Amino acid sequence: MAAILDAKDLHAFYGPTHVLHGVSFSVEPGGITTLLGANGAGKTTTLRALSGMVGTRGQVFFDGHPIGGKATEAVVRHGIAHVPEGRGTFAGMTVEENLRLGAYTQKDKTKLNQDFERVYNYFPRLKERSKQQAGTLSGGEQQMLAVSRALMMRPRLLLLDEPSFGLAPLVVQDIFSILRTINREDKVSMLLVEQNASQALAIADHAYLLETGRVMLSGTSEKIRNDDSVRRSYLGY
Amino acid sequence: MEGFLLQVLSGLATGGIYASLALAVVMIFKATNLVNFAQGEMAMFSTYLAWQLLDWGMPYWGAFFLTIALAFVGGVVIERVVIRPFESHAAVLAVVTVFIGLFLILNSLAGWTWDHIIKVFPSPFPSGSVLGGYLSGHQLGLLGVTLSVLALVYLFFRFTPLGLAMRAAAENPESSRLVGIRVSWMLALGWGLAGALGAVAGMMVAPIVYLEPNMMAFVLIYAFAGALLGGIDNPWGAVVGGFTVGVLENVMGTYVVGTELKLSVALVIIITVLVAKPSGLFGKQLVTRV
Repeated sequence: MAAILDAKDLHAFYGPTHVLHGVSFSVEPGGITTLLGANGAGKTTTLRALSGMVGTRGQVFFDGHPIGGKATEAVVRHGIAHVPEGRGTFAGMTVEENLRLGAYTQKDKTKLNQDFERVYNYFPRLKERSKQQAGTLSGGEQQMLAVSRALMMRPRLLLLDEPSFGLAPLVVQDIFSILRTINREDKVSMLLVEQNASQALAIADHAYLLETGRVMLSGTSEKIRNDDSVRRSYLGY
Repeated sequence: MEGFLLQVLSGLATGGIYASLALAVVMIFKATNLVNFAQGEMAMFSTYLAWQLLDWGMPYWGAFFLTIALAFVGGVVIERVVIRPFESHAAVLAVVTVFIGLFLILNSLAGWTWDHIIKVFPSPFPSGSVLGGYLSGHQLGLLGVTLSVLALVYLFFRFTPLGLAMRAAAENPESSRLVGIRVSWMLALGWGLAGALGAVAGMMVAPIVYLEPNMMAFVLIYAFAGALLGGIDNPWGAVVGGFTVGVLENVMGTYVVGTELKLSVALVIIITVLVAKPSGLFGKQLVTRV
C-alpha cells in the first residue's frame, strides 16, 4: 500500500541553523506513526517542516502530491491538520469560536454541524464550555480543544505535537484512547511526536527514533519497543 | 442646564467621528501592535477623492459610497505595497518610519493635486437645527451615519466567518495559518476596513472643519486620546473613548479652558491615561490559566 505521507531526505533550517539533516519517513494510510527522541532531536521541527512553518529542503509527498516547501495555508488545504506544541488555541476566543475557526476551510453548513456534533460527542466537556474563553480552560481541556479544532477540518492526516505535555496521567490516557478511536472510526492517519515513549509506542504501529536531526532507528512499534538501547534510554527499564 | 445638554449632544456628534477614527487606529494596532500615524491623512485623502467626485457632478450618496469603496481598495493597496515588505521583520522603527512617510506623501500629494486653499465640503443633511435646537441637521445626520457604521463593523466581526478569521489572524497568526487562514491577506483587509472607516470620518467631519490637507491633524489627536482612554487594544473601548473625548472636549472647552485651549483637553487625557492607567478603561484583561 502506498504511504499517505512520504518524506524523503527532509532538511530544515531556522534561519542559517541547519536542524534536520535529511530525515526520511512515511505514514501508512490509516496508520499511526510516532517520532521519538530526546529534547532537541528535531521532532517538533519535523512537524513544522511538514506544515511549511520553517525553511525546508527535500521532498514530501502527501497522497502522491508534492507538498514540500508549500505555504502552511496550502498544506492545510490538502487535508493535513497540525496540533502544534503548546496547543495553539485562540485564548481570547470562546470554545465555539475556536472550533468554528478549525472549520475555516469547510464551507458546507450541514457538514459543519455534523462536525460540531462529532467533536462534542468525543469531548462532552467542550460542549458544556462552548461559550467559555479558551484561555480559561484547564490544560487537559485545552488539549481536547486543540485536537477537536484540528478534527473540524476533516483532516486525513493529523500531526500531533506532544499531546501529553503537562497533563495528568489520567487525562493523558483519556486523550490517547480518544485519539485511537478517531484513528479507527474516522480513518484519520496520524503522525505523533511524543516524549512519553511508552504511551506513544502503545498506540502507534510504526516508530522512528530521531537523534540530533537524523533518523537513528525505525521499524514497527513492536521492534522498537524491544530494542535494548531504546528500552534503556527512552522507556527507562 | 440646557446649555450643558447642548454641549454634551454636540460633543457626542463629533465624538462619533473620533470613535470611527479611533476604531480604525485600534484595528491596525490589534493586528500589528503599531499605531498608524497616517490614518488621519488617509482619511483626508479619501475626503478629497469624494470632493473630486462631487465636483465632477456625482450625486452625494453615490460619491459617498464610491469613496468608501476606493478608500477600502486604497487601504489594501497601501498594505500590500508599502507595509507588506516590513511585515515579517521585527524592525518597529522601520514601520513607524513608513507611517511617517505615508503621512507626508499623502499630505503633499493632496496639496499638490487640489491646492492648499480651504474648500467647502457639502453636508447631505438639512442645514437647520433639529431636536428643538439642540443639534444641527448635520450633527444629527453624522451621528446616525457613524453609529450605523460602527454597528455594521460590530456585526461583521461578531457574526461573519471572515470577521472571525480577521480577529483570529490578529490574535494568533501561527494558529490561524494552521487552520488555513491567509493571514497576510487578513492584514490587508484590516487596512482596507480601517481606510474605509477613516473615509467615513473624513467625509462627516469635512463640512465642520472644511477641506484642506491638514484637516485631520486635530481630529487624529482626539482619536488617539479616545483610543488610549478606551484601551488601545480594545475596539469597543476605543469607540466609547472616542465619544467620551468628544463630550469632554466640548464641555471642558465651554466651561473650563475655553475654546482656544480645547485641544489641550485631548493632550491632558492622553498624558493622564498613560500615567495613571496605561491599559485604558477597557484595556485587555485576559484571564489565562497557566
